[in-house]
Amino acid sequence: MTSAPSARIGLVVNPVAGLGGRVGLKGSDGAEVQRRALALGARPQAVERAVLTISQLPPEVELITADGPMGAEAARAAGRPARVVHRPAGAATTAADTRATVRALVAAGAGLLLFCGGDGTARDVLDALGPEPRLPVLGIPAGVKMHSAVFAVHPRAAAEVAAAWAAGLGVRLEAAEVVDRDEAALRAGLVSARLYGRLTVPVLPTRVQQRKTGSSGPDPGTPAGIAAEVAERVGPGGLLLLGPGSTTHAVATALGAPHASLTGVDLLRLGPAGALGPGHADGLATAARVLIRDARADQLRTLPATPFIALSPIGGQGFLLGRGNQQLTPELLRAAGRERLLVLATEAKLAALAGRPLLLDTGDPALDDALSGHVRVITGRRSGAVYRLSA
Amino acid sequence: MTDRQTDARIAAKPALRRFHQARWDEKLVFELGTPGERGVLPPLPEPAVTAAVGDPAERLPAALRRAAPPALPELGQQQVLRHYLRLSQENLGADLNVDVGQGTCTMKYSPKVNDGFVRDPRIAALHPAQDTSTVQGVLELVHRLEQLLKEISGMDRVSLQPGAGSAAIWTNVSVIRAHHAARGELEQRDEVITTAFSHPSNAACAKTAGFRVITLHPDADGYPDIEALRAAVGPRTAALLITNPEDTGIYNPRIAEFVRIVHEAGGLCAYDQANANGILGITRAREAGFDLCHFNLHKTFSTPHACGGPAAGACGVTAELAPYLPRPTVEFDGERYVLDDDRPDSVGKIRPYLGAVPNLVRAYAWIMALGAEGLREVAETAVLNNNYLLHQVRRIRGVSVPYAEGRPRVEQVRYSWQRLNEDTGLHSEDLGYRAADFGTHYWTSHHPYVVPEPMTLEPTESYSRADLDEYAAILAEVAREAYEDPETVRTAPHNSTVHRIRPEPLDDPALWSVSWRAYRRKVLGEQP
Repeated sequence: MTSAPSARIGLVVNPVAGLGGRVGLKGSDGAEVQRRALALGARPQAVERAVLTISQLPPEVELITADGPMGAEAARAAGRPARVVHRPAGAATTAADTRATVRALVAAGAGLLLFCGGDGTARDVLDALGPEPRLPVLGIPAGVKMHSAVFAVHPRAAAEVAAAWAAGLGVRLEAAEVVDRDEAALRAGLVSARLYGRLTVPVLPTRVQQRKTGSSGPDPGTPAGIAAEVAERVGPGGLLLLGPGSTTHAVATALGAPHASLTGVDLLRLGPAGALGPGHADGLATAARVLIRDARADQLRTLPATPFIALSPIGGQGFLLGRGNQQLTPELLRAAGRERLLVLATEAKLAALAGRPLLLDTGDPALDDALSGHVRVITGRRSGAVYRLSA
Repeated sequence: MTDRQTDARIAAKPALRRFHQARWDEKLVFELGTPGERGVLPPLPEPAVTAAVGDPAERLPAALRRAAPPALPELGQQQVLRHYLRLSQENLGADLNVDVGQGTCTMKYSPKVNDGFVRDPRIAALHPAQDTSTVQGVLELVHRLEQLLKEISGMDRVSLQPGAGSAAIWTNVSVIRAHHAARGELEQRDEVITTAFSHPSNAACAKTAGFRVITLHPDADGYPDIEALRAAVGPRTAALLITNPEDTGIYNPRIAEFVRIVHEAGGLCAYDQANANGILGITRAREAGFDLCHFNLHKTFSTPHACGGPAAGACGVTAELAPYLPRPTVEFDGERYVLDDDRPDSVGKIRPYLGAVPNLVRAYAWIMALGAEGLREVAETAVLNNNYLLHQVRRIRGVSVPYAEGRPRVEQVRYSWQRLNEDTGLHSEDLGYRAADFGTHYWTSHHPYVVPEPMTLEPTESYSRADLDEYAAILAEVAREAYEDPETVRTAPHNSTVHRIRPEPLDDPALWSVSWRAYRRKVLGEQP
């Protein structure tokens, strides 16, 4: 199926999307969380990310959008003319504003809808369009975690897909899942997702991220093996930043820190050599302590030593950086460098990527380029893989 | 669903064979029999013999005598025969059904005439400890088989001692270890590179030998990612263990480049040719630059797989690595065949004596019956059969053929039922269970699945066009049912011996029981 009855693209920006990320709140749903995020020093990023997309759109595309931070601001910053078809009621934008904008964009004849936000924004778009809508929709990733399969892998990739759609070039339309994750449950330490509905998404292979697969139990014995390798690399007494996910959590448990966070970033100090005694001779000579649980970016700004950073990709989707771990700022990642970046994944998790690369989107294109390439992945005791990591 | 309904469904499709397998609910042999029941009762020694030598058991050292009789089942001959005939009726296999579903395993026909050679007393009555002067014939056969396999592989020496494919891989890894140790580089070279589509024994043997394992995943075309290989090699590289074609059946045209990259880093390259059925007489390990290779004689060279052994592996190496091969080797001194056990650099014994000699006899007979042109015809027929089956299967609804779109394959194909899974929610395993209702089966793939919802088919040269048509028709029928009557597939098998089995006793080390003793301890909870 190919595209483009009209090269008129509708844009809606959820300016509060992603607010919670850098400050460790795991989401931005609801006015109270947004207020807390702003109080913790969060800066709205959705507008900046929309600018990255808009500035790459081909000139012949006609852009229609909502006023203010919901679209016009980003268009202005990107130096693009845009026709305003909706004005939000108040200064603080809400889910109702997103839905109203989407309806206005449809009424104004948008052939493709770009929305900038996260899973919550995707659900609002779906609510406005009704069940199983045919209108092509693509997300510009700006949320904290984006588990739905409706997002481009990067703001620039969204522009690539939109340009191909506008030119009528080889874009396939596919029904893609929108998932709903209960942010309150997430903050309580539970990872659970449910299918919310489906949107029609234009697809260029590798430019739209896959839906996160439900985390299955890790291979028996593997987390302990991965933990042993991590302990060997970090060394006794070393500092380790451990990213979110079931794999890293299991590794933390094997390292002797079972109370690490499932969904946040934790700072651990490994125990002294031989801390667990001769029974754990297999390199796992550590009883790690959690120094900071669920760390915010500002808490990681000054550390007594350069930490190792251990991350595991989001299952089935491949994001290593930039989804759910924005607390790891570009500054922190630069300081650690590629040598101290430990990539952890079970063989099953790598296989589930079906050849797609591991992805990163740190918000800093130069850093993305510096970290890209083939990386060593620790998959178990004395086991690894060499796998492609790309922006 | 009742069996009658199922029968009606099959009867309505005359094109497909009606099949119903035996189900005996047979107990394990350990649970059968009566105390004191025997198959053979040997007579007591004559009183004169006892008077002359006493009790023969008394002459055994005390440490070798049992305090109590062994806990063996006690059965008469008829009970034993009945038991195993019943089990044989509850099985599928290469001599019973169209066995193209065991992809990668090369389930070709094992000619029965070769079993006749093996049962001949001139082979069957030999003892491995006999003086070499009395077994010149079998030594000559082993020596000649080595010469044939040298020619087939292009390598300088071939060991026939390994008793299985994994034993052959273990031999290769042991030779690699010995090579680096002899150069004083073993501590430094602690990494072995392999690929996600390689047989898991490659990684397992490397780890058992003390190496770290680095896995290369396939690129978008299904080949091992050559850029990942470039990033992986270095001063720590001991070896690359790789297959070509891999389980996808796609030939890797850059294989010589892979070898060159590893050689430049100082590593050795071992070609896993367990299954060489698509390239016999067409390409050789030597020409691709490999240092080692191995064949499974029970795959490519027709000897039986023997339900887990003994099978036979053959390891080929370059002259440089020949001193490390298992000992003894069989040599010809110009007059006689002799065993050379004085090989100080050898990795030692992989298996006692010469290896699984009956399988060496079968493989020798098979090669001699075909000749060089016949071997090449085997490969060409296997490739033709595979591409014919590919043509039939790819038209079945819900099947896709990942990688190298539209290109022919070598000797096997890893298909995907992902589309059918998305449409119906049924998994590849479900379809495999339903295939058992038509008297066949298929294998998915090694875990973890790289190709989603996989099915691996390898028709070899043994099957006729009618056989392949029948197999494809069964798959088409199962796929049709998946779309139109998914419940029948979901609850299959209906006409087969075995019902769905729980995976935990296979996957969980705490439950798996590979012996009766382990079963009693782990499952029945008895204390040893």
